[in-house]
Amino acid sequence: MLTQRLLTSDRGGMIVLGIIAVALVLVPILNMTLPRESPFYVSNFTVALLGKFLCFALLALAVDLIWGYAGILSLGHGAFFALGGYAMGMYLMRQIGERGVYGHPELLDFMVVMNWESLPWYWQGFDMFWFAALMILLIPGLLALVFGWLAFRSRVTGVYFAIITQALTYALMLAFFRNEMGFGGNNGLNDFKTILGFEIATRATRAGLFVASGIALILGYLSCRYIVTSRMGRVLVSIRDAESRTRFSGYKVESYKLWVFVYSSMMAAVAGALYVPQVGIINPGEFSPLNSIEVVVWVATGGRGTLYGAIVGAFSVNYAKTFFTTWSPQTWLFVLGSLFVLVTLLLPKGLVGLFNHLKRKQREDNPPPEAPSEDAATIKSPGGAA
Amino acid sequence: MIKYGHWFLALLLSCASVPALAENDQANPDFETLVQQLPQGNLRDRMATIEALVSSDDERLLNLLTALRNNDLLADDGEPPRVARRRDGQVFDVLSGELLLDDTVETLSRVPVNNMMRRQLQTTIARLSLNNDSPQVRYRAVRQMISDGVDADIIALLRERDEIETTLLVSNAIETAFALHRLDSDNPQTRLSAVERLRGSLESEARNSLRRLAENDEVTEVREAAAEALQSIEGRVTFYRAVESTLFGLSLGSVLLLAAIGLAITFGVMGVINMAHGELIMIGAYTTWMVQQLFPGLIEWSLLIAIPSAFVVTALVGIAIERGVIRFLYGRPLETLLATFGISLILQQAVRSLFSPLNRSVTSPEWISGTLTINPVLSITYTRLYIFIFGLMVFFALLLIMKKTALGLKVRAVSQNRAMARAVGVRSSWVDALTFGLGSGIAGVAGVALSQITNVGPNLGQAYIIDSFMVVVFGGVGNLWGTLVSAMSLGILNNYLEPWTGAMLAKVIVLVLLILFIQKRPRGLFPQKGRAADG
Repeated sequence: MLTQRLLTSDRGGMIVLGIIAVALVLVPILNMTLPRESPFYVSNFTVALLGKFLCFALLALAVDLIWGYAGILSLGHGAFFALGGYAMGMYLMRQIGERGVYGHPELLDFMVVMNWESLPWYWQGFDMFWFAALMILLIPGLLALVFGWLAFRSRVTGVYFAIITQALTYALMLAFFRNEMGFGGNNGLNDFKTILGFEIATRATRAGLFVASGIALILGYLSCRYIVTSRMGRVLVSIRDAESRTRFSGYKVESYKLWVFVYSSMMAAVAGALYVPQVGIINPGEFSPLNSIEVVVWVATGGRGTLYGAIVGAFSVNYAKTFFTTWSPQTWLFVLGSLFVLVTLLLPKGLVGLFNHLKRKQREDNPPPEAPSEDAATIKSPGGAA
Repeated sequence: MIKYGHWFLALLLSCASVPALAENDQANPDFETLVQQLPQGNLRDRMATIEALVSSDDERLLNLLTALRNNDLLADDGEPPRVARRRDGQVFDVLSGELLLDDTVETLSRVPVNNMMRRQLQTTIARLSLNNDSPQVRYRAVRQMISDGVDADIIALLRERDEIETTLLVSNAIETAFALHRLDSDNPQTRLSAVERLRGSLESEARNSLRRLAENDEVTEVREAAAEALQSIEGRVTFYRAVESTLFGLSLGSVLLLAAIGLAITFGVMGVINMAHGELIMIGAYTTWMVQQLFPGLIEWSLLIAIPSAFVVTALVGIAIERGVIRFLYGRPLETLLATFGISLILQQAVRSLFSPLNRSVTSPEWISGTLTINPVLSITYTRLYIFIFGLMVFFALLLIMKKTALGLKVRAVSQNRAMARAVGVRSSWVDALTFGLGSGIAGVAGVALSQITNVGPNLGQAYIIDSFMVVVFGGVGNLWGTLVSAMSLGILNNYLEPWTGAMLAKVIVLVLLILFIQKRPRGLFPQKGRAADG
């Protein structure tokens, strides 16, 4: 019953999930069993790269949930991603223990350098994984709760919301750059050794993290589908398209928006937490406003308001980024900049919209025998939320 | 807009020419030959040259000798040699005032000075500065003497000057020097009268001496008088520190005002979210640099040339952005935001590829470098002062354009009710392009001012974009006066927080306060009322 609700009438989503599921099985096998010479061998670099992309896709999903379905454009979602990452980084730092450069049993290297006497109170407890996992969800969630409550209550919407979320992540970036904050300042947290007792640099751990990210993405996708196909999802869409009208119909617009905003922030945090052990570093640069805006472009490129479009966008834009930054770093910002302009001007429904459009055209040219099932949850006009 | 632009620039130019531009090109053949003799000959010859230079009475003399003393004077072995001096990391020809490029600088070497010569220079410079035309230079000279220690020779020199001194700042400083000298007297009465005299002085040496006296003097009466004088001075120092903090805040505020005021037009009046605004500021700053590269001989005039050039360049870029992208996105603010953000990335990378990812150094003309000293604890650099004045000038010029010209009327009409404005014959698309051009041009002019206080690099714009939006949103969208008040209050707030919290945390606190403020008053300090508010 539930699977039917989540997956039928979501062909695009099923295809994307199918590909991810196959990749989750195949990639680690090809990486670990085949010899290096084999044409099907997947290098460690590719595994790490794909793992990163999976985390980005989860982040894009979080942004699409609020932007595509509730019309909330957040230019600060990178902040939640980075906070989740920092919480994970704190756990990983505490795991280093006496293996640090200074070999102090409790204090981290940068604290020793700064002549700190004892561990600050907010670093307590992060040596336990369950506590860190809880904090990964709680800290960004609480921040989103307070911030969202303040913003939605006073009806800060649209562009104003976008700008203050950008200011939020900017303020956090400045704060985390300070050494006195106790998060490693400019250098951030890095040089991790183990996660849950496993060596972090081994092939098996990397494969494990890759699979974990993929599973998180699939679960995230299904939960988002659950939300948007529920009654609440329909209220969210109506808020996006006509906020005042929804309010006058008796719905508590603020509560709906707040709930979905907090949920989305937690998804972003999980993505960040899975991202950090795979790249091995978290620093204040992750808070930079550019990162958050890039996420919005992934979603816009893929196709806003379709969920699987966000995944497609995250993969394609990041693949392009990897390609261009290795081929010619200078051109990447030109490409990214043009992408912003071209997608908004020419492709308002993104790649997914373009693909559907082409398919529909083809179908019109030679009509199929059966009537196509129209997607109930796919949004017909994602342009009206502004 | 071009028409109004000219009028506006004419106003700027006429106001900006107030500062006395150093007239370097007045020929003084004696002085020139002497300067060229300076690197030549043995020590005795050169000391004689310096003596001869002093009698030549040229106004470049003081800078020349100061450079010589500070090892900043360079020369090559040409015949006659080219003499140049280093200022703020860049090298200028002493005689023509021209900015020298790197390959010329490589041929130069330092003009050597030994201790005997340095002593001669020291007294010469002291005497010259004490009798300089500018009270600021005279004041600094006296101050230097006070901090170097006052002896009988200097007292004689100062007494000479005191006879003819008319400026209060300088004569007060001279009085302080006398009193400081008298403090060392053996007679308690003399010391007491000196303490009385120092009561009004804000010089830090006066305070130090009083503190010493209050603790160590053998006569109780003197100790008490010194303690009392010290207390009254401390009160005044605190007061002037607060004044200085406010002035610095205003100056920071005027930087914010300049950065935000173009946005107040494009975002505030037109409602276009232009994330490329910061990059337009950056282009203005780069235009300044280009102007200085193109006319190395006109460094003193470069800013006045750069202001109209930057206006035109950025206005054209702005119009191109409006015609090329933004006009397809009116009524879709979120899409506009994303598209203009893309443009900002393209512009940044373009500058990085065209010039270099490194910062470019823009030279400050001589007339805006230096410090204006009002009293010993209260001083402000000319750069800050001029930027403050310039910010206000741009603001009022813009206000005039918006309120008193036909263009301003049309802009307001279109922003309030586009359909009605078109119905009465306003070409709304034309007005859009010109308004956007005006806002962008002003961003460029802001860039010229910012090039004087920050590094000119590809990231210049990013540093200001969030601040600018905050200023406009805080002041109330669509309200120019609101922008002025908000920029100034944010500047002052930031400046008062900074000593307690450090620069970064102050910024964070201001941002958080702003976010909280927007909760309370989502439409800013001065929200628009009436029909315009619904637009």
